[in-house]
Amino acid sequence: MADTILVIAEQREGKLNRVSFETIAGAQALSKQTGWPVEIAVAGGGGNIPSLASELAKTAVAKVYAIQDDALAQYTPDGFVSALKTFLEANKPRLVLLPHTYQVRDFAPKLAASLGAVLVSDAIAAKFENGKLLFTRQVFQGKFSADISLAGDGPYFASFQTGAYRGDQVEPGTAPVETVTASTGEIRTKPEAPFQEAKQAVDLSQAEIIVSVGRGIKEQKNIEMAQALADALGGELAASRPICDAGWLPMERQVGSSGQTVSPKLYLALGISGAIQHIVGMKGSKNIIAINKDAEAPIFEIADVAVVGNLFDIVPVLTEEIKKAKA
Amino acid sequence: MKILVCMKQVPQKDAPLKLNEGATWVREDVGYEVNEPDAYALEEALRQKEKNGGEVVVITAGPARSQQVLREALAKGADRAIHLEDDRFVTFDAFNVARAFAEAIKEESFDLIFTGLQSDDLGYAQTGVLLAELLGWAHATIIMHIESKDGGIRVKRELESGFFQYVDMPLPSVLTIQSGINKLRYATLIGIKQAKNKPMRKVSFDEVAAALKPNQLNIERLYIPKKTKQTEVIQGSPQEVAKRLVAKLRDEVRVL
Repeated sequence: MADTILVIAEQREGKLNRVSFETIAGAQALSKQTGWPVEIAVAGGGGNIPSLASELAKTAVAKVYAIQDDALAQYTPDGFVSALKTFLEANKPRLVLLPHTYQVRDFAPKLAASLGAVLVSDAIAAKFENGKLLFTRQVFQGKFSADISLAGDGPYFASFQTGAYRGDQVEPGTAPVETVTASTGEIRTKPEAPFQEAKQAVDLSQAEIIVSVGRGIKEQKNIEMAQALADALGGELAASRPICDAGWLPMERQVGSSGQTVSPKLYLALGISGAIQHIVGMKGSKNIIAINKDAEAPIFEIADVAVVGNLFDIVPVLTEEIKKAKA
Repeated sequence: MKILVCMKQVPQKDAPLKLNEGATWVREDVGYEVNEPDAYALEEALRQKEKNGGEVVVITAGPARSQQVLREALAKGADRAIHLEDDRFVTFDAFNVARAFAEAIKEESFDLIFTGLQSDDLGYAQTGVLLAELLGWAHATIIMHIESKDGGIRVKRELESGFFQYVDMPLPSVLTIQSGINKLRYATLIGIKQAKNKPMRKVSFDEVAAALKPNQLNIERLYIPKKTKQTEVIQGSPQEVAKRLVAKLRDEVRVL
């Protein structure tokens, strides 16, 4: 096994997913601690892959591999796992890093397992401590962080949560590109082209002010109270996943990894505990005010202002005070 | 169709969790509930059975307390349950849980295996995919819709940023089910009564031990997340809180 770090960059429909650069930044940071050089691989069905590889090669890494085969033109877990497995068996990196995307969730555990290895999924940080790799991830819905070690000599696999590293901090450079012809085995699933359902009527990403509700709102009828606050502020109403799952607000108002990513001037979180899937969609907000009765709620970790209290007492009064202030 | 649903018992969402002495796990003296994503997986299995006939079997790995999850599933309409009962399963990594499940069901012949999207405790989101790899089955993750098609199935996967994708798959397959795919049902009184007479197969640690390996992922320590932000805490009566928030919104956030 080679003491190298391999980043598997993600491309979709012939375009690089920008979170790949966050993973490259993470790999470069780990490389400084371990001394292991970084390489990057990008897999796909020819076409744009050489140009994507050239784009990735503008970073301070040792090499970029363009893994190509027509069978990889459309993503399938079987195709990607067999192509990447063959590549990893030849390339033998000690550590494989990926961005924690839906696609990676779909194939990376299988890829690792096919090599008898395991994946630390959704890591938010990594370090090399006393000769041992440690990955930090959130557990119990963000209530605790856990430092995870991997047994054995590798290969080790880890995927980084969006925002764990900053893509604009990738060290630039020039790397050679090597084209690899992939070998893919049987592909059992037949995917159709991705599509978007009815165009999203609400573009929360453009909203300056967002009032967002979570489980703490308790009942559908209480949504009205949050709407009144949003109206008083002149903002949009949004929600965490469980509220949209319950049908209390339409899916298009969902903020988080499966919904919209927002960065308003004000994000007012009502009764949102702050599960990772929600946080990744709103942590870029300029001002976060959270109202929650649970002082331990993870949302307070990223809030600028934490109000520990009963939202049903506070919100109506706050709405009236805002109306007065605006009058 | 014969469907297996993998379920997990996790601490209740609002349980006041405390670390154990070694800070390697949480203290066990809290309330537990079914991992919510698994409840959607079960509901989807029950709906598939209602539409296409067949059998729904539920499986979990955990201490005696985790049998509650299976009891509830039986009360909602699952036909039988498999309980891998041992305290040691609690600290298993996803690969080992998948190995234990694969071993426990080797005499069975399921058409489909459902898991929830991820667990609310460890949140690895891997057990389903790993189970598929161990069984040599196809899989698809984050599923929003399932229908029969030409002896196989057609599923709708959720992708990121509001995109979806239809995928045709063979049977048997493993699917991880997205939360919100359906509306959860409640157990009926009659269901709860009937559940008492439904089969519950107990599987001991020893029965699956040969298939297991030492954990490859190990928790070195758990801790309260380090704060990355200066957070101002506001407390007081609703009136006081509202006044201070308004001042903040006007003078600092400048949205009023």
